[in-house]
Amino acid sequence: MAHALRGKSAIVGKGYWGLGKTPNTSPMELIAKATKNALDDAGMDLSEIDGICGGTFYHFFPTLSIAEYLGVKPTWANSDMVGGSSFMSYLVEATMAIQAGLCKNVLICYGSNAKSARDLNGLIETPQWERAYEPMVPVPGYAFTAQRYMHEYGVPKEHFGHVAISARKWAQLNPDATMQADLTMEEYLASPSVADPLTVLDCCLMSDGGAAIIVTSADRAKDYQEKPAYFLGGGNAISHREIAQAATLTTTCAAESSKRAFDMAGITTKDVDVVELYDAFTINTLLFLEDMGFVKKGEAGAFVADGNIAPGGSLPVNTNGGGLSCVHPGMYGLFCLIEAATQIRGDGGKRQIDDVNIAIAHGNGGTFSNEYTAVLGSEAAL
Amino acid sequence: MTDFALPEASPQADAAFRAGLAAGKFLIQRSTTTGAYNFYPRALSPTTGADDLEWVEASGKGTVYASTIIRKPAKFGGDINNVLVDLEEGPRLFTRIIGCENEDIKIGMKVQAVVMVPDFGPNAKSGEPAVFFKPA
Repeated sequence: MAHALRGKSAIVGKGYWGLGKTPNTSPMELIAKATKNALDDAGMDLSEIDGICGGTFYHFFPTLSIAEYLGVKPTWANSDMVGGSSFMSYLVEATMAIQAGLCKNVLICYGSNAKSARDLNGLIETPQWERAYEPMVPVPGYAFTAQRYMHEYGVPKEHFGHVAISARKWAQLNPDATMQADLTMEEYLASPSVADPLTVLDCCLMSDGGAAIIVTSADRAKDYQEKPAYFLGGGNAISHREIAQAATLTTTCAAESSKRAFDMAGITTKDVDVVELYDAFTINTLLFLEDMGFVKKGEAGAFVADGNIAPGGSLPVNTNGGGLSCVHPGMYGLFCLIEAATQIRGDGGKRQIDDVNIAIAHGNGGTFSNEYTAVLGSEAAL
Repeated sequence: MTDFALPEASPQADAAFRAGLAAGKFLIQRSTTTGAYNFYPRALSPTTGADDLEWVEASGKGTVYASTIIRKPAKFGGDINNVLVDLEEGPRLFTRIIGCENEDIKIGMKVQAVVMVPDFGPNAKSGEPAVFFKPA
């Protein structure tokens, strides 16, 4: 029997605004403009929004600030904060709230001027037992993981390079992506180190940007959108807060979150048409492909090197260009959901994959601390 | 070496740990029920939730589990290392290695804890000691 939440909600509107560099724009202004685009996309009036989910680096009471700014008085709100994966959490929370009759139409939104303001205070909250060692949070956690991955599996650095190059090739098909220039392996290998073994080109962008989606019940989705992206499954897993408390570095709890999400959706990896995953660093893509079960442990690098995740490959991954080459305003998870919905809607332009019925949006929070997998589907997948 | 009595078990674990550091001791906790050690200091045993933690002095013997060199321009103090060390007793901690070149730090390297006030970072200002490691 299908899970009680499977197929019960849908993304009927999506929008973003101000991606890249948007000086003199506050996070709330970015949220507001993205919200307008998402409402217009859904053909929905702001007055119909009665649920809000959101969280930023800058607001201790994010849903209060967002509701007040927009002039909305929601009957339900949620601001779970598990990092960049919070947005997958919001989608599941919104689906539950809608299903329980607590609200009808939920706005999930995010905004950050991380690039222009260089204000990442929320992100770089330094854990008290690590302050003495001057960690450049969150980079060391990802560097440790990349080093252990290379050590345990004998993976060459070029395999990380193919992740960055694949993302760039997708970005070149997306006019909204920041990075449009060709990227060669030679350039990748010459990139300066940030935190060994990670170089500048292993790290995501630092961007400004706002993003928003509108979630409503599956029953009413077609009132707003000809091709809704239906919620089929969501799975959460929490491993730790700080990397020193992780049981192991080279297997993330994406193994658990994806199993929960795939079970709810009633799918296997073979059913997946496209994967949008949170690539804060190149190592993320390798680990998540393995931990979600698309390839065996230690084999993601060779899989990526063979061109499988790039345009024309067997498993399109991060078709918008990802956090590495499209956009990364401090937290990126909502952009995974937007691109997954884009692919299901079929409005991906030059980067559109044919006949997408199942799309994965996988979020990562902290330093592999929280993993949250969402499965979206077309009407045919219901 | 000053006389130092191990702290009594209490929910105020942070303060007890800091008192240990101030006396030059690296203390960790052990569950009297399961024998499992934990670091950082906690009020309850992780996983079991039991209030059965006692203080012990760590052996200070550790092995590098992972390391990185954070590349910083000279004007910001230059390159530093950040390291994950596995203690002989089991817990893993985030720390920094002193007394060797950053480039010489390798996975599997044996290290020994040192409690000291560093001449860098926030503790140089506060004067509080912290646990560092040196090659064993």
